[in-house]
Amino acid sequence: MTALLSVSQLHKSYGGVRATNDLTLEVQTGELHAVIGPNGAGKTTLISQLSGNVFPDSGTISFDGIDVTHMVEHARPHLGIARTYQITSLINSMSVIENLQLAIHAKQGHSFKFWKPYAEKNDVRTAAHKYAARVDLSSRAGIQVANLSHGEQRRLEVAMALASDARLLLLDEPLAGLGPEEASEMITLLEALKGQQTIVLIEHDMDAVFTLADRISVMVYGHIIATGDPDQIRQNQDVQHAYLGED
Amino acid sequence: MQKKVFVQGLILAAVLIVPLLLNYMGHPFYLDLATRLCILAIAAVGLNLILGYGGMISFGHAAYLGLGAYAVGIPAHHWLYGGMDAIATTNGFVQFGLALLVSSIFALLTGLICLKVKGVYFIMITMAFAQMVYYLFISIAEYGGDDGLVIDTRSEFPLVNFDDSTQLFTICAVSLFFVMWLVWRISKSQFGMVLAGIKGNEQRMIAMGYNTFAYKLAAYVISGMICGFSGALLGNFTTFISPEMIDWARSGELMFMVILGGVATTFGPLLGAITFIILEEVLSTITIYWHLPFGLLLIGVVMFVKGGLSALIPKAGDKE
Repeated sequence: MTALLSVSQLHKSYGGVRATNDLTLEVQTGELHAVIGPNGAGKTTLISQLSGNVFPDSGTISFDGIDVTHMVEHARPHLGIARTYQITSLINSMSVIENLQLAIHAKQGHSFKFWKPYAEKNDVRTAAHKYAARVDLSSRAGIQVANLSHGEQRRLEVAMALASDARLLLLDEPLAGLGPEEASEMITLLEALKGQQTIVLIEHDMDAVFTLADRISVMVYGHIIATGDPDQIRQNQDVQHAYLGED
Repeated sequence: MQKKVFVQGLILAAVLIVPLLLNYMGHPFYLDLATRLCILAIAAVGLNLILGYGGMISFGHAAYLGLGAYAVGIPAHHWLYGGMDAIATTNGFVQFGLALLVSSIFALLTGLICLKVKGVYFIMITMAFAQMVYYLFISIAEYGGDDGLVIDTRSEFPLVNFDDSTQLFTICAVSLFFVMWLVWRISKSQFGMVLAGIKGNEQRMIAMGYNTFAYKLAAYVISGMICGFSGALLGNFTTFISPEMIDWARSGELMFMVILGGVATTFGPLLGAITFIILEEVLSTITIYWHLPFGLLLIGVVMFVKGGLSALIPKAGDKE
């Protein structure tokens, strides 16, 4: 077993609030690793540090043996780290395909190409359609993102991360705000990705987490209190206390 | 599509032909007006690249007009009165090259700082840099200080004569068409798509792996160079350059043109410039307080016409 991502003794404070407190986490290549925890446990702050949007106060993050703790955000996708957002973050003024095209281009070196008309880039367009098909958005390819349903936008979020050809997907609550039907579509999508991709999944939907995850880490007040497979976590006393209270 | 191309062609033909016709019929005043229009429209097209396509609201683009004009005026000044032999010339290629060089360097250096901040702060800091240029030229007595600098000799090019108002106008109009075409090409290129993505959601573009700062800086420099070029033409047209040209109110006028005409469109800045010049001309003959009705019109367009004036003419805008 090799760790693709290893986080060691990570600290991040906002004023007096310790959003990340001595956090240590290892994600193995190929696993779907869920991070759960009560609201305000610092899960999104963790994702932000992994993706480089926020830098930790201390501790180290290493990806595939490379120390990325202080690497700038826009450099990390080139190593193979991609994230999605809890609150949908897409380019609303563009179509589904254009969003995917930008995600594909991001990995292909620079885009300082001032002259050739963009519309003539057929290879990238073809690839973009392939990713749209993977998340069942083929019929919506030309639609402006702002006009998509919430569920479709959430699926596009995932497709964007896939299109960047990442080795590690950081999925921040992909099920957030989805109705039952849309949620089950998303779960089907995640099941299909499982095994092909290394995924860190942050999620509140416990049914989904226990169905999908290979391993689960439980986070409370910025600290990982337990890591294990779904059965181990279900039976863990500390986890039960954290979720159900001391009594 | 056919209709759109027809309307666009009609606008360009009118810009080029009507002033020449009026001049031929004995109204040279309109030729001068149209020359000024074309020059300001070039600057507006340049500003539109970052304001419209890039979402960076610069309130300091008049600085580039000033730098471009001084890049013509200062070499001409030394050519006539001596000193600064290295740049003393009336050669148009040297002067225009200098205008592009100086404006690109100024854009690069200020862009490195301005683009670190966003929104209102970006507006304020671009304006602050422009005001620095304004006060710099006020303080240089050699170049006339706030009295300005008379450009005794226009740029000299082979084959064309800038002293001939018809030729100067034609050069300005053709330059305008070229710059519109240039910015249109850029907006449709891969770089243009990235720029549009940054305007739409910069954070997401960073998370996808784009060094958005570098793309914004490149657009900022190109935009500055276009305005510097416009400034060099302006110096040749007015044969006079003063710090007043760099004043922040001038930057505001360029913004008016872009917003009035329609941001992120090819024809928007031109339509904005046409409207601005005509209104300025018509309203200022009626009242010296012409800015008041002009301001009201701008408010009206911003509030009630989505997409600016270019959206008013059916299918004349090129936002597909």
